[in-house]
Amino acid sequence: MDHFPTNWGRPRNDAFDAYNTYPFHVRPDNGPRDAFADNVQRTQQPIVTGTSVLALKYKDGIMMAADCLASYGSLARFKDIQRLHEVGKFTVIGASGDMSDYQYLQTTLDELLISEEITAADGHSLGPVEIHEYLSRLMYGRRSRLNPLWNSILVGGVKDGKSFLAYVDLLGTTYSSSTLATGYGAYIAQPLLRKAVEGREMDIDENEARKIMTDCLRVLFYRDARSLNKYQIATVTDSGVAISPSMELGTQWGFAEGIRGYGAQTQ
Amino acid sequence: MTSIGTGYDLSASTYSPDGRIFQVEYANKAVENSGTAIGLRVKDGVVLAVEKLIQSKLLIPGANRRIQTIDRHMGFATAGLVADGRQLANRSREEGRSLRSQFHHPPTAKMLADRLGLFVQAYTLYGSVRPFGASAIVGSVDKNGPQIFVVEPSGVALGYHGAAVGKGRQLAKTELEKLKLAELSTREAVIEAARIIYLVHDDAKEKDFELEMTWIGNETGGQHEPVPKDLFDEAERKAKEALESFE
Repeated sequence: MDHFPTNWGRPRNDAFDAYNTYPFHVRPDNGPRDAFADNVQRTQQPIVTGTSVLALKYKDGIMMAADCLASYGSLARFKDIQRLHEVGKFTVIGASGDMSDYQYLQTTLDELLISEEITAADGHSLGPVEIHEYLSRLMYGRRSRLNPLWNSILVGGVKDGKSFLAYVDLLGTTYSSSTLATGYGAYIAQPLLRKAVEGREMDIDENEARKIMTDCLRVLFYRDARSLNKYQIATVTDSGVAISPSMELGTQWGFAEGIRGYGAQTQ
Repeated sequence: MTSIGTGYDLSASTYSPDGRIFQVEYANKAVENSGTAIGLRVKDGVVLAVEKLIQSKLLIPGANRRIQTIDRHMGFATAGLVADGRQLANRSREEGRSLRSQFHHPPTAKMLADRLGLFVQAYTLYGSVRPFGASAIVGSVDKNGPQIFVVEPSGVALGYHGAAVGKGRQLAKTELEKLKLAELSTREAVIEAARIIYLVHDDAKEKDFELEMTWIGNETGGQHEPVPKDLFDEAERKAKEALESFE
């Protein structure tokens, strides 16, 4: 019971407001209030981050690669993190940027699959196109509420014989291409990928695609201070999704001795 | 039950002088009028089967499913009013989703049946609502292994090794009791389930029926799936054979 008569509203007066059109007295909202609402800060920067993800189209489908590192600032904090994730039967996503936001995305997509595929049981399934569209709407929606999920994501897959590869990031920006790379890889690896792949997507077999990927990952490991020589490669083909166990990159540091101009050399 | 509620059956919120709630008993009657649904909990999985009476020959085969999926690893067979069964399934999906997001773990059949039981029981408390005219068999393979729970219109949710609800439940239960459920494989259980459904179906009185069967086990990778066509056909054929030798 509300004991304040001022909250009871204005009694209706048939003489001048027969249809009760006059606005209702606004009652004070005494509902629960978040005491910290004014002090909530939305994500300003990612905290635990993954670096580049690379992807390309080849003869059998798509291939995606990422290293296994999650950095805490410049500290190589977690060295056995899987950044490639299978979504349904036809799709792989790979994420760079904030790893907690990425884990949230994984749970969200899992719920999506359960409600749209498993329980609906209507014979329809989500392919890479749908997953990418869903993610892009989710990311754009979050940025519009000034609370973005701090990731750049590659979505790739094969469904009904069509391969699909696209990008979406924290702003909701999307684009599609036969080679894609996020983060530092967009500067270092993307030109190499384009040179190796563009125009000959249908000529590249799995072995060559793997070689292109590992070459690019190696260059990234040499150049990107947030990268690691442990990586995984995922393929999506007509026969489904396969994510490799983590593998080590062979590297060659002999040239380093000859470098002059950094560090404590005397000459 | 006496044929009259003598004024104590007008609402689920009224007891009769001898402590019964007639509206709940009437809801049970609604369940008893429907095609049988059974669930088998066996060594390495769960099988659900339903005798779906065909309301009209004009219906597309497979319409009005009575076994539904709640989560990847969880199936849900209902007997009673079809619409009430669907409502219970939708509620279970919601509960399943909420349990999954709270615990970051696939919901177990026990948790889900408990929650569903609370929901169903709330509909036995008020004069403004009617109790659910449906019983549900929740089957899953989760961290507790294979599990079967039955939720009744009164709101009780109990676990079983073998469960049967609907018209043919008495006969189905005696048949289930004859089986060594704990030693059966899921594949064998499919054959038995089909046999029991064919056995309890009353050809003389009833319309045609469609057999609906799903399973969860190692062969499905822990997923709730319709029984594959070859096994389904085999089970149906053996069920018909068994029926002939039975008579």
